[in-house]
Amino acid sequence: MEIKDFLAQLMAIPGISGNEEAVARVISRAFEPYCQEVRTDRFYNVYGRKVDFIKEGMPRIMVAAHMDEIGLMVSDIDERGFIRFTTVGGVDPRILLAQEVEVHGKRKLFGVIGAKPPHLQRPEDARKAIRIKDMAIDVGLPYERVKELVSIGDAITFVSPLMDLKGQMVSGKSLDDRAGVAVLLETMKELDALRFAADVFFVATVQEEVGVRGATISAYRLEPDIGVAIDVTHGDMPDAPRDETFSMNKGPVIAVGPNMHPKLTQKLMDVAREYGMDYMVEVEPRPTGTDARAIQISRRGVPTILIEIPLRYMHTTVETLNLNTVKQAARLLARFIASLKEDWDEWLSY
Amino acid sequence: MAELLKRLTEVGGVSGDEGRVRQLIRQEVSPFVDEVYTDRMGNLIAYKKGKGSGKKVMLCAHMDEVGFIITGIGEDGMLKFKVVGGIDPRVLVSKRVLVGEKGHAGVLGIKAIHLQEPEEREHAVKVKQMYIDIGAVSKEEASQAVKPGDYVVFDSKYVEFGDNKVKAKALDDRAGCAAIIELIKQEQRYGFDLYACFSVQEEVGLRGAEVLGYSINPDIAIVVEGTTCSDVPGVDEHLYTTLMGKGPAITIMDGSSYANKELVGMLVNTAKNEGIPFQFKKGASGGNDAGRIHLARKGVKAATVSIPCRYIHSPSSVMDLDDYKNTITLISAFLKGCEL
Repeated sequence: MEIKDFLAQLMAIPGISGNEEAVARVISRAFEPYCQEVRTDRFYNVYGRKVDFIKEGMPRIMVAAHMDEIGLMVSDIDERGFIRFTTVGGVDPRILLAQEVEVHGKRKLFGVIGAKPPHLQRPEDARKAIRIKDMAIDVGLPYERVKELVSIGDAITFVSPLMDLKGQMVSGKSLDDRAGVAVLLETMKELDALRFAADVFFVATVQEEVGVRGATISAYRLEPDIGVAIDVTHGDMPDAPRDETFSMNKGPVIAVGPNMHPKLTQKLMDVAREYGMDYMVEVEPRPTGTDARAIQISRRGVPTILIEIPLRYMHTTVETLNLNTVKQAARLLARFIASLKEDWDEWLSY
Repeated sequence: MAELLKRLTEVGGVSGDEGRVRQLIRQEVSPFVDEVYTDRMGNLIAYKKGKGSGKKVMLCAHMDEVGFIITGIGEDGMLKFKVVGGIDPRVLVSKRVLVGEKGHAGVLGIKAIHLQEPEEREHAVKVKQMYIDIGAVSKEEASQAVKPGDYVVFDSKYVEFGDNKVKAKALDDRAGCAAIIELIKQEQRYGFDLYACFSVQEEVGLRGAEVLGYSINPDIAIVVEGTTCSDVPGVDEHLYTTLMGKGPAITIMDGSSYANKELVGMLVNTAKNEGIPFQFKKGASGGNDAGRIHLARKGVKAATVSIPCRYIHSPSSVMDLDDYKNTITLISAFLKGCEL
């Protein structure tokens, strides 16, 4: 399947943190043709195992990207059938007004997020952002019907399927981090054309947005020698400082800092240079908000690297990225995996 | 019936750029009327000759919708824009748009929550801080697709949902346009001559209607409008301008006109006699084409019948299909009973 079709399919599936079952099923099916073995654990992390040739001492590698997305959750139903909600993951309340949503009750209900109309607000309030407590979801049904179909705790997702922009740019919800899952699949395809001596586990993780929880248990389960996290970082935007964002067409981003193993990161950069691939560097002074955060400190500790795709408007319904970068990240990662030898333990030691 | 609403709401037609809407309506009404013509403003008039009195009844709905216009292209390929018509800037954030006649896909982004200071989230984003991203990486690339003056509309599909509800952009006033088209399609000839008018530039100051009122010079006029419906959480009940699902709303007065009392009485009696649900529009703010039409020449008896629309002037306005159908039924019965 072409990368864009795969992404479009993934993005269309609702999967806020803690509700990843449906996404897991689709990812599992997509992994199967490229893996020796695909499994799903009790949290719905999906593991695709890929081996080329067996060599004694070859590294066991965990490559993780998270499948969960930010969204909303039903917190109350008022006496006129309007649904009140809370957020799951980091959501800027200012993106919510007039947004189309799906409420995942006993059946899927379409709805619109509304609030008091502007002409009834005090003029001084017009300059203020509307708070979530002053918004409600309108599913166009009377109270009795809503009560029958919707329960407190039901997941709510945004309706914002993949949309083509100019060139290879695409936009929509949940590119963070379904684009990372697409990198996993593309890397598998790249590896099919390469020889590599590694036991590679591609893991689509759950619950990253609420505290890297899927990566925590999957890293424990796999006990990898080397960890790789694939996530998004901030693409350049007119309203964001240049030094905190990355160009949309200069390749993937390699993160450096205490969360990442310095020698392994250097190796990744060496591979990029060897093949003449573009990359940028992001400095992360703290534990990152990615699966790398959990993988690094799993069990006895795991040397970990982090590859990121620049993404504009993160955590909105119009997240935007360049598909070329997704492909470039996969090419780099596959060549990095193929470059690893059985001497990894030696040169990674401090 | 719904199919017409879908086509009408999904086509783009910001004030000043009503061409595609006009084309669509012209095709729809042509087989059912004696003449279809446009005036110098771009208003579309469908004329149906009557059986004799020579009196003129005008129906009016506006074709234009609120939207945006491109004002410039940045070095980074991002588009700057201004708002056309009254839009609360707060509904713009994180929305999809279509730019220009070819409908180039674009998004209204905002920097990620991770890059904001907490107090930034207290403030509404101003239009001048916003930009449209069409995925172009340079001014050169963007310029190949877009130029200043191009119009921009929300990218929002017609969706039926809930209990007979519709979500769409531009229900104000494509719902009115659709209602008038349905009325024209009824194979009815009246005693009077019927002028079905589809106006331009309502959202920027009722400008099309100004010219229509003068040139048609009707004896009576009925404006069919998608109006605000504020029966939502956070609003006191006595401030509900209209109620969703309670039938067409008849205006007593608004910011632009007093409805003619005789016509209001006729509309109310018609609704009561025919058993059609109706409501009065509460609240006296806002305005519509009646504001210009009733002041045309020596003055015109005018009234407004509205279809309640929640979240009006946003990409996701919501209407009740029964309200829409009852609006058509009410005006149809009114016209049949109207002896001039």
